[in-house]
Order: sequence, then C-alpha cells, then structure tokens
Amino acid sequence: MSDPIVISDESVAAAVDAALAAIAAADDSTALKAARSAHVGEASVLSRLNATLRDVPKEQKAAAGKLMGQARARVAQALAEREEQIVAREEEARLESEFVDVTALPTRARVGARHPLSLLEERIADIFVGMGWEVAEGPELESEWFNFDALNFAPDHPARAMQDTFFIEPVESHLLLRTHTSPVQIRSLLSRELPVYVIAPGRVYRTDELDATHTPVFMQVEGIAIDKGLTMAHLRGTLEHFARAMFGEGAKIRLRPNYFPFTEPSAEMDVWQPNAKGGARWVEWGGCGMVNPNVLLSAGIDPEEYQGFAFGMGIERTLQFRNDLNDMRDMVEGDIRFSQQFGMVV
Amino acid sequence: MRIPLGWLAEFVDVTPGSTVADVHAALVKVGLEEEGSHDFDLTGPIVVGEVLEFVEEPQSNGKTIRWCSVRVAPDGETAPDGGADVRGIVCGAHNFAPGDKVVVTLPGAVLPGGFAIAARKTYGHVSDGMIASSRELGLGDEHDGILRLATLGLDPAVGTDALSLLGLDDQAVEVNVTPDRGYAFSIRGIAREYAHATGAAFRDPALASEVQDASGFDVVIDDDEPIRGRVGATVFVTRLVRDVDPTKPTPPWMATRLSLAGIRSISLIVDITNYVMLELGQPIHAYDYDKLTGGIRVRRASQGEKLVTLDDQTRALDPEDLVIADDSGAIGLAGVMGGASTEIGDSSRTVLIEAANFDPVSIARTARRHKLPSEASRRFERGVDPAVAAVAAARVVQLLVDLAGGTADQLGSTYSQHAQPTPVELPDGYISGLIGAEFTDEEIRSALAEIGGDIVDIEGGLRVTPPTWRSDITHKSALAEEVARIVGYERIPSVLPVAPPGRGLTREQTLRRQASQTLASSGLVEVMAYPFVSEAATQLFASPNSPAVAAVRVANPLDAEAPYLRTSLLPGLLDIVRRNLSRGLNDLALFETGLVFLPEPGVVYGQTELPIGGARPTDDVLAGLDSGLPAQPRHVAVAFAGHAWEKQPGLDARPVGLADALDSVRQLGLALGVEIRPVQGAHPALHPGRTASLVVTTAEGETAVGVAGELLPRIAEEAHLPRVVAVAELDLDALIGLSPREVAVRPIFGFPAATQDLSLVVPRTAPAGEVSDAVVRGAGALLEDIRLVDDYRGTGVGDAEKSLTFALRFRAPDRTLTAGEASDAKLAGLAVASAEFGASLRE
Repeated sequence: MSDPIVISDESVAAAVDAALAAIAAADDSTALKAARSAHVGEASVLSRLNATLRDVPKEQKAAAGKLMGQARARVAQALAEREEQIVAREEEARLESEFVDVTALPTRARVGARHPLSLLEERIADIFVGMGWEVAEGPELESEWFNFDALNFAPDHPARAMQDTFFIEPVESHLLLRTHTSPVQIRSLLSRELPVYVIAPGRVYRTDELDATHTPVFMQVEGIAIDKGLTMAHLRGTLEHFARAMFGEGAKIRLRPNYFPFTEPSAEMDVWQPNAKGGARWVEWGGCGMVNPNVLLSAGIDPEEYQGFAFGMGIERTLQFRNDLNDMRDMVEGDIRFSQQFGMVV
Repeated sequence: MRIPLGWLAEFVDVTPGSTVADVHAALVKVGLEEEGSHDFDLTGPIVVGEVLEFVEEPQSNGKTIRWCSVRVAPDGETAPDGGADVRGIVCGAHNFAPGDKVVVTLPGAVLPGGFAIAARKTYGHVSDGMIASSRELGLGDEHDGILRLATLGLDPAVGTDALSLLGLDDQAVEVNVTPDRGYAFSIRGIAREYAHATGAAFRDPALASEVQDASGFDVVIDDDEPIRGRVGATVFVTRLVRDVDPTKPTPPWMATRLSLAGIRSISLIVDITNYVMLELGQPIHAYDYDKLTGGIRVRRASQGEKLVTLDDQTRALDPEDLVIADDSGAIGLAGVMGGASTEIGDSSRTVLIEAANFDPVSIARTARRHKLPSEASRRFERGVDPAVAAVAAARVVQLLVDLAGGTADQLGSTYSQHAQPTPVELPDGYISGLIGAEFTDEEIRSALAEIGGDIVDIEGGLRVTPPTWRSDITHKSALAEEVARIVGYERIPSVLPVAPPGRGLTREQTLRRQASQTLASSGLVEVMAYPFVSEAATQLFASPNSPAVAAVRVANPLDAEAPYLRTSLLPGLLDIVRRNLSRGLNDLALFETGLVFLPEPGVVYGQTELPIGGARPTDDVLAGLDSGLPAQPRHVAVAFAGHAWEKQPGLDARPVGLADALDSVRQLGLALGVEIRPVQGAHPALHPGRTASLVVTTAEGETAVGVAGELLPRIAEEAHLPRVVAVAELDLDALIGLSPREVAVRPIFGFPAATQDLSLVVPRTAPAGEVSDAVVRGAGALLEDIRLVDDYRGTGVGDAEKSLTFALRFRAPDRTLTAGEASDAKLAGLAVASAEFGASLRE
C-alpha cells in the first residue's frame, strides 16, 4: 500500500512533470506504450490523484477538478503528439527497409506478339471497313472453276501458266490451292446483293521456291467494287485513299498498262512511298483494272448495267517495303524474335 | 522477248540518242514491262587487222605460238589506242596465214567478263593486243582458232571498227510480253508498240516483202477431230527453194542480232528461219525437200503413232496431237517441233518452207503433253497474225536466195481459211464511261487507227474491225483499254467512290481477332506455318475431333516428303518449335490460327467436268462445286516448351506443362464467351496420363471442341523436342459457333456471404472436376462459388484415396445467411458427392 496522496499544486505538477518526461523519453512505440501505462494507466499517480477527487471537500472540489483536468489534458496531448512522431518515424524506417531495385524484379508474365502479317491484314481491313466496304472470305482449297474459268482464264490459255498452281490429286478433280483470292470475288458476286464493295484478304499458293522475295504460301488482299457507273477513276481514287492510309499523306498511285484475264483495261500499280527509308520512291505494289465483262457474266451480272473495278496486292510484299525488310523468309519461318519486334503494333 | 535496238530501228524511228533505259521507259508506258537488257559486254578499241607475217616458236610446254606482226592501222597512221600502225602480237592459234584479215583487240579494250586487254609480256615477247576468236567476241561457240573475216565473206579495210562492222555494238532490251499479246513476240509487234508509245513513224515489215504466187505442192488439211470445233490449221503456206548451200556462214549482222535476241546461231538455214520468226512473229519450219515422200497432210495423230523429233527423242503421239505428215507418216509435231527424218543438214540442197497458222489450244495442249515448250509453240499459243504467213515465207525465200545462194522455185502452196476478224461495236460515250476520263472523238479514232483497227461510223457509235494480229480484241472493253493506254493512263483522274453503308466486320471476324489478340496478350507469339505435311504427320495428328486419317494430297508438291495438306495445325507448329530451339530459343509459347483440310475417307471430291466460264452456272451446279470441296475449318493451336519463366532473383524457374496449355484454352474461352471444360482424354500423339478432351456443354449436350495435352515423350524425342511439350488444338469455327449471341446475365446480390471449407476423402480415380460438379449439384442455389484448394495424399488418407479440399462461398439473394444454412447446403453437397463417388467427410 503506497502512501496516501493528496491533490495539491505540487503533487499534480510533479506527476505531470514525471509523465511528460517519460513521454519525451519514449523513443519507439513500445516505450511510449510503457510510458502511457505508467503515467495515465489505472495505477499511475495521475489516476490515483484523480480518484481522490471524490474525497475532496465540496468547496474545494471545483478547483481540484480543474487542476486535475488540465493536468490530464496536458499529458494526453503530449502522448498524442509523441505518438504521431513515432508512427511517422517508424513508417519511414519501414519504407526505407522495403526498398527494392525496380530494375531487378522478376518478370512473371510472358511477352507475346501477333504476327505482323496478321496485324497488317487487319489494318488493311480496317481501312476499307472505314470506307463502308465489307470483308469477304472463302476456301483455300478451291474448284478450278472459281480460280480460273469464272475469272476469264480460258482453258489451255497461256494466262493460266502465269500463276504456277498447286493442283490436288487426282488432277481430274479440278481442285487446286487458290492462286489468288479472286475466287472470293466470284463467290461474293454470286452470293451478295448488288452493289458489292468487298475486300478479300487471305492465304494463297503458288509453286515458287522460298527465297528472299518469294514464298509458295503467302497472303494477298484483293478488292472488288461492282456498282452502276464505276470507272477507272474510282479505282484510282480508292487506291490512292488506301495508299495514303497505309503510307502517309504524300502517297499516290501510278498506273501502267498490263494484262490480267479478269480485268480490262488492266493496270500494274506503283505506289509513291513518301516515307521510304533512303528516300521517297515508286514501288511496284500490285495489279488492278476494270472487271472483265466475262467475269460479271460468270456471276450472272449484266455488264451493260453494272461495271466495276478490282485490285490486288501481296501483304508480304507490302510489309517488306513498308517496314524495309530484306528477307521474306523471316516472315514464314516462325522465329519468335521476328514477331516479337512488332509485338502488337505493325 | 529481247529486242536488239538496231533491228527495232529498221521498222520505227527510234528517238536519236535513246539509251536502253529510254526505250524501256517508252515500252512500259504501253504495257511492256522491263525484264532486263543485254549487250556483248565489249569495249573498244577493237579493229580489223591484217596479219603481215609471223614466226612459229615452239615452247617448253609443248605448245607452238606464233609471234605475229599485225597491221592495225593504215600505213603511218596512229591506231585508235594511240599506238603504232603495226603491232607484235603473240597468238596461240594456227588457222590463219599472212594476208588474213582478223579482229584485233587493242590495249584498253575490255572483253566479256571484264577481261581487260593490255600490252603484256608473254612467251618472251610483249604482246601488244590480241587476235580474237568468235567466242571471245561473244559471237558464237566457235573456238577452233581465231576469227578470219574472210569466212564471213568480209574484206574490210585495216583499222575499221570491228564492233560496228560485226554488229557487236548493238544492245537489246528485254520486255515481258503478256499472254494476250502474241503479236508482240516479234520485232514487228514491238516496233508498232514503240510507235504507239512515242508517236514515231512505224514501217510495217509485213508490207515490205513482195509475195510471189507459188502453187503445185500438195497440201491437205484433214482435221477430223477439231478441238472445241476449231480446225487445227487455218493457214498453210509452203515455198520451195532449190540449190541452197547450207554450209555458207551466217552473216555477222544476223548472228549478232540472233545472239542479242537470245537465240543461238546454229546454221545458216536454221538461223534464217529463226530470224524471220523473230522479225515477223511467224514460226517457220524448213524441210529437206528431198527427204519428203509425197505431199503434206495436216491431221491428228493416229492411235499408237510415233515420231522422232529434232531433238532425237522418240515421242508416242496422242490422237489429239496435230501432226504434219507425208506419205511416210508423221514428219513433225505441228507448231511445236519438227521431225528428224526431214531435217536440214549440210548436204541438203532443196528446202521446203512452211509458214502456217495453228489453233492455239491444240498447240498449247501438245506442247504441254510432250513437255516441249518451244519458240514456235509459245507464239502459236498466244496467237500469230494469220495474214503474215505468206509474207514470212517470202522473206525466208528471199534470204535463202541472198545468203545461201538458193533459187526460188514456183512450187509451193497457199492454203488460207482463217476467219476474218469480227467487228466490235463501240457506242458513243462508252470509253469515257468506263475509264472515267474524257476522250475526244479525234483521240479515240486516232488511237484505234494506230493499233490497226478499221473504223466505220454507225448509228450512235463506231464499228471497229480489229487488225488480223489482234485476236484478243473481242469486246468494246478491249477497245477502251487500247484508247486509254495509247492516250496514257495518266489521263485517268482520282475520284473516291462512296460505298453504301457497310456492316463492319462480321461477328465471326471480330471474335477471331479477339481470340488471336487474347492469346498474344497472354504471352503467346503468333506464327504461320506452311500447311504442307508428311504422311507420318498426317497419320499422327489426324483431326483431334475425328478418327479420320484421310488427307488431301497435292499433285505437284514442292517437297515430295510433304505432299499432304494439314489435318491439324500441330505438325507445323511443332516444326516451328523445333526451328526456334535449334536457334537457341528454348522458352516458347506459340499459337497459330489457320485452315485445316478434312476430307472424309472414301469421299470423292471435285468435279471431272467444269461449267464454262462467262456464264452463271445453275444453282445446282454451283452447289455441286461447293459440295465437291472438303471441309476446311479454321483451327487454333498452342504449343509450349521450356519454361514459363527462367530463374530470376527471388523466383525459381517454372517449367511449362499441360496447365499452360489449359490456361490458354481458358483464355480462349474467355475471349469467345464459351466455357471450355477439360475432361480426361486420349490422343495417339499425346501422353496417356496428360491429355484432356476439351468440351463445351450446351442445351443440346456436350460438344467436343479440341484436345490438350503433353506430347508423348517418345514422339517428342523422335522429333528432337524436349520431353515436355504442351499443346492444345481447338476448332475455332466451332467455338465461334458456340459463342452466345447474347450473354445471359445473372443478378448480383449484396447480402453478406458465408464461406466454408469442405474436405472430402474420395477414391484417387475420382476426377476432382466431377467431384466438384457433384458438390455443386447437391449444394443447390445458395452455393455461389467453389474452388479446389488442396489435393492431399498421404498419412491419414488411405492408399487408394485422396483428400480434396474445396473452398465454398454461399450467398442468399434476399437475406444474410446463417452459418447453419450454409452448413446444411454444404452437407447436401457432400451427400451427392458421397452417392456418386463414395466421398466421406475428412475428420
């Protein structure tokens, strides 16, 4: 049993001073907790003094109460201030201890990539979809009728030899791997309501050995527009719009006479590539022309009423000169380093 | 087609000072694309010299050289190289004598292959130049000594520039002649095109030769089996020339032009026929008349007939082959190659010339059947001007007279039944309406006249009869092309058409993109393999959803080892895995989307008879064409090898496995809005314990959509792959078909959840997924989520058993669940699992 204590200016001041000293001395949250327990806990001098209030004579009660209240408030405030300091300091220390080298953290997600040909194909499709065109598709293993006969390649005509063809066994089945996506043009004309504005991207096949500029399996995009009153000027306009979207505002199209069975007049198209590495230049891009009346007749369309244009280009070749790639083999071998250079952007 | 510029200039005024590039630029404007250029690769000074005298000097190597004194410039004048008029030259050849005129390459000259001539010390002398052989000049294969100009019938003055004397200073352009322009396989045709391009004056060589009448030689056209109604020969002209000397030399101007045109000089008579073919586009055949038996009959070959062709090959003829025959039988494959029995030789004295016009289709088929593409067949296939045959024959006769000492005979024949060109009507405004540019009436008439068209005014337009050499012009669109190209395509303006409103990408197209994008985003690299596979690969990776092992076979594969079209994406993908591994890229996550080709066993695909082009087939015929194609669904496949990630600070390497493939399957399902479930499965190429069939459950039941697994280690080893390669392949088209058009949405409730764990003891053989399904069915609607958190085997659990722990989350839509309600639901789940799998609660 400790000595009886009595509220007095001296006894309260001593208790407060002791408390403030202990609080100030507390260096971390454990010490502060101990100081709190020692100086404001139930067994502390201040608590015990406070407990004696009930024994204080009535006339002194107000003054003693006020004295105790002020004393306890001072201690509580000191505790709060000190606690805030300690928490802040301890948090700072903890953060410091949690430092990591951001350049040495493990990577747990693989890095994938689209194939640039797919990305380019999608980009081309988007440009035409933006013009109101639709994207059409068809089989890669085709009937010779769709690949040749319907496109005004007469049987035994040397034009058929222009496209070195993979035939399917038995050859009397008249099946082949399509040599261009033009069969999709015929399928579109047969199945869609006029007018038709479609592009047909996809894989095509020719019996060329793989080298830096040829691959037997490649991608092509062709477009066909059949409407009333379409002209070669519309062909040029469409190609120039497409070229600008692909190669920048300065791009333009040059047409040179050529021959394709499925168009007449026919043209070879060159594109002016304004941002080519090494300087702006003309590049051979593809073929085009006004759809041959016999092609329209193959699809049951009256060439006296409807006419239109078609064009086609290789996507590998486009990627090759657009992105300044030397060797087409990189596009077909599947070396992950090739696609990873593109990531998700072509 | 190669065009020597000197030859071209005979028929058209080539712009003075034109370079090869200028001529190419002109020709490309009218549609003749540049293929290259050719010259003799010779630089002077190369002059005519006269051998004055020589001394023969035997050498230690056994050779005897001649130390020659050669005059290379007139007496007292300076030679073009700045040197003396008489030179000492060492020569190894012995086929000349003092007084012979020869070709001397002086120091400073450069011969083909960059061989520079300089005065150099050899065999103890300074040889101040070289006496050239034909071969060294690029004039021919003759290498038996030096070229004596007397053998060419030449006796030029000493010091004459030998390059221009022999035509060795000429150059040729090479252009690509498109299949519609047979007439451009001639100097005549190219000269006309050059005139179109430049406006220069054209002199038609077909009008230059005077055609003499000849008759009396018996020719019968007897085609009893025309192909598609087209008689095999429509023109057949023969002319006889007597007393020719086939051993006379081909004059240098002809030899150099042939050489520049890419045709080897063979002998004078053959060279003349080739020369006229190049000039006029008319293939010519020359027979040794004395070896002919009777007249000529043009007919189809008979069954079993044989012919020895000029290349000494015995050819079994097809009854469809058109042959030239005499009384002894077939003596030539019409329009393709002559026969050996009537070949011209050094002893031939009487030559029968044939200039004919044969059906393009017949010639094309015969050339292809006998694998004999020739200069003649190439022209006939594309169409030869039927009006030029008689002119060409006359030109050959004239050259035989002039160069081979022959005498033109009256004997010959002229058969001509070729159809006249069909006029094409050209309505006013048609061309502008097709091209989108304005052309004046004058421009149209002048362009059509320039190409040789005959123009007549008719009501509302023109009637244009194409010239005989333009069999390709059969429609007014061809006339529009002629006008547009002759005026120039640069006339065409640029006008963007407005398409009607489109519907954007289809749902299938969008979902396909999303599938690829999702796989790439989850760390896979997209690749594209060739679809050609071996028989073994076809057997091993038959379609994952079908036991069929039928595969489409390519008739003319590039790689005889891989003649089949893929039935699965996996063989190609594994090839790419291997290629990357061989390049030291060991951690791989790849995907591909693409078509596979799935014929059904026993089904005959394709059509033996195709409808004709240029007319819409009936719906039935079109449906037949489509049903004649095997299924070609689009698949998606993934492959993993190596590690998901390599060892890093604070992180161990994680090797890949089936789980990676199944993760991709889940990602794919997410991308397409389809829940794809793995169930234990089997596949001949996959690990028997690590293969999952991939199924989708719909209202109609379960659909198999693919397979996932780790490659069978034995197969991996044989294919030089690591032991663990995880793969999956799914039918992307089928998945997209299963993707919901509209997603069914359940409401989200906000009342608190109750979570409980459930530990079950079940037989080891019980698939966790099915146990989980049983718990779900038993627990009822309150169960919101279930997750397998542990699969324990060992102490406390029987040897044939395992303990599965599930974390369950319960929630009620309308109230806060009590612990008791959640427990009741859990026990109801346990009850079903007990009934179905003998599950007991783990104590």
